[in-house]
Amino acid sequence: MSLIEHRLPGAKSLERLRSQPLVWHLLLGVLAAAVLYLLTSSVSFYDNTIIAEIAWYAIAIAGLSVLTGGSGQISLGHGAFMAVGAYGAGLMMEHFRLPLVVPILVGIAAAALLGTVVGLPATRLRGPYLAGVTLALALAVQDLPTKFSSLFNGDSGIIVNQATPPGGVNPQRWLAWISLLAAILTMVVLANFMKSRFGRALKAVRDDDIAAQAAGLNPNRMRVLAFAVSAAAAGLAGGLEALWGGIVSPNSFSLFLSIQLLAGMVIGGAGTLIGAWWGALALVYVPQWTNSITSHLSSASTVTANLQNAVFGVLIIVIMMAAPSGIQGWLRAGYRRLRRRPSSLASALSPPLDLSSTSTPPERTSP
Amino acid sequence: MAQASEQSPAVAGPNTSLEVEGVTVSFGGLTALDNVSFRASDGEVVGVIGPNGAGKTTLFNVICGFVRPAAGRISWRGRELRHQRPHQLAHLGITRTLQGVGLIAGLSALENVMVGAQPLARTGSASALLGLPSSAKEERRLRASALEALARLGVAAYAGEHPSSLPYPIQKKIALARALVSGPALTLMDEPASGLSSSDIAELGELLRGLRSEMGVLIVEHNMDLVMATCDRIVVLDFGRVIATGTPAEVRANPVVTEAYLGAPVEAEASDA
Repeated sequence: MSLIEHRLPGAKSLERLRSQPLVWHLLLGVLAAAVLYLLTSSVSFYDNTIIAEIAWYAIAIAGLSVLTGGSGQISLGHGAFMAVGAYGAGLMMEHFRLPLVVPILVGIAAAALLGTVVGLPATRLRGPYLAGVTLALALAVQDLPTKFSSLFNGDSGIIVNQATPPGGVNPQRWLAWISLLAAILTMVVLANFMKSRFGRALKAVRDDDIAAQAAGLNPNRMRVLAFAVSAAAAGLAGGLEALWGGIVSPNSFSLFLSIQLLAGMVIGGAGTLIGAWWGALALVYVPQWTNSITSHLSSASTVTANLQNAVFGVLIIVIMMAAPSGIQGWLRAGYRRLRRRPSSLASALSPPLDLSSTSTPPERTSP
Repeated sequence: MAQASEQSPAVAGPNTSLEVEGVTVSFGGLTALDNVSFRASDGEVVGVIGPNGAGKTTLFNVICGFVRPAAGRISWRGRELRHQRPHQLAHLGITRTLQGVGLIAGLSALENVMVGAQPLARTGSASALLGLPSSAKEERRLRASALEALARLGVAAYAGEHPSSLPYPIQKKIALARALVSGPALTLMDEPASGLSSSDIAELGELLRGLRSEMGVLIVEHNMDLVMATCDRIVVLDFGRVIATGTPAEVRANPVVTEAYLGAPVEAEASDA
C-alpha cells in the first residue's frame, strides 16, 4: 500500500533521509543530545545522577528488548552480563590509567563474549528451559567475586574512581553526559541493527523456525547473534553502573537486578527501543514514589521495603492488564487510532449515516 | 567438485541438476521411502505425485535436509549433499515453498520476500550495527529485488500488508515470490496448488511453465490438473516406491498408476493371488 500512496514533496525527502540509517539515526541522536544537554544543564546535581541511572537502565533494557522482543528468547540473567561488563571495566580502571572509553569497551567485549557462550545452549533450549539456564547464570556470576576474592576483592568490591571531568564541569553532570551519550549511541546502533536484514532475520526465527530455514536463514546463528548483541548492551550498562555507583560489588548485580530489567522491559514494551526508556523511568521513579508513600504509612523499614515491592508488583499487573504490549505499545495503538479516525479517506467519503458509528473501526477495504 | 561449489546459483550448469539415488527412509518399522531414485534437470518441471501416504512429503523433506535418509544419496550438480542443513540450500541455489504458506507473521509481505532475498546479501553484521552506507545500499537492493518478485506475481500492491490480513491465494503468491526472489537454479514446491481455486491453479501452471527458461522446478502435488498440464516429467510414488516415471501422457496411460490410484480390478487381484 505504502508504495503507491501519494506523498507530499517534503515527505519524500524525509523518506530518502530515513533510508540512510547512519545519517537518519545520527541526526535523531544529535537532536536528542542537544535536548539532553539542555536538560542536564538545567537540573540539580542530584537529578543528574538520576539521569545517569535512567540512562544505564535504558541501555540494559534496550539490549534485553532486542533479545526478547526481537528474537523471542527470554533471559533471566541479564544482571550477570552487566556484572561482567562492570567488573571488566572496573578491573581495567583499577589497574591501568587509560582513557575512560577503553575500560568501557573491554567490559562490553567481555559481556559480548559471555553472551555468545550462553547463546550457544540457547540454540537448543526454548522458553522456560532457556529461562532456567539464564537464571543459573545470574546466580553463578553473582558468587564468582567471593570465590575469587583475590582478584575481585570479594563482597567489598572494587572501588572505581569517578570519571574526572575536563575543566571545571561538575562530576555528576559529566557522568550524566557520558551515560546519555552512551545511551544515545546504543539506541542508534540497536535501531540500525533491528532495521537491517539481521533484525528481519531475528523476527523470522522468532515467528517460524521452519519457514526461516526454508528461506535460507540459520536460526541458531541468529539466536547466538541476538544473545551477543544483547549482552554487549548489558555490558555497557554495567560499565556505566560501575562509574555511577563508584564501586563494583556483587550486591549490585543480584538476581533482583535481572528481574528488574525484565520488569522494565515488559512495562515499557518488549521489542521497542523507546519502550526501554519508559521501563528505565519506571524502574527509577516508581520505587521513589512508593518509598515516599509508604514511609508516610509506617516507620518500620521492613514494612516500607516490602510494601514498596508489593506496589511495584501491583503496578506491573495493572500495566499488563491495561496494556499487554507495554507503555510504548499502548501509546502506538492510541496514536494509530487517533490518526485513523479523523483523516481516514474511507470515513470522509462514506455517507453521513456511517459517521454516526465512529466508534467502530472503518471496514477493511481490499486495495 | 570444487568447481561445482563455487558455481554461482544463477548460472545453469550441466543438464542434470538434482539427482536422488536409492533413497530409503524408515520411521520405526514403517518404510516411508524405499530405494527411490530420480533426477531433475535445469529448465524442467518435474512433478512427484502419488496417493496419500505414498511418501511425497517425506521425499521433499529428505531433499530439503529436514529428514536424513537411512540409505542412498542426493547430489546437486554432481556433488553429494551429505550433511546439508535446511538453511544452506538457498545458498546452493535451491529454494522452496512449504506446505500451506509458511509466511512469517510478524513481517510484512515485502519483508517476507526480503528474507528470501538474503542469499543475495553481502554485508556483515558490523556494518548493519553501524548502519553504514554499504548496508543501507544493500537494503535498498534487497527491497528492489523483493518488490520486483512481488510485481512479477502480481501482488506488489500488498507489499506493506501483513500476511494474516490477506486472502489465502495472495499469501501463496507471496510465499512463491519469496522462493523466487534470489534467482534460484531449482525451486522445490510442496503442494503449491492446495487451497487454490481452479482459475488460480491455471494461472499457477502458466507461471511454472514460464519459469523453465530460468530454473528447474520440482513440485510435490495432489492436484492432477496442475501436474498433467504443467510437468515435463512425472515421478509416481506408491507406498514409498517409484512405480512409474515419464511424461504426463505416459504416466496417464500406465496401468500400474491407475491401479495405485483406483485400486486393482477384481480379476487382476484374483490372478495375482
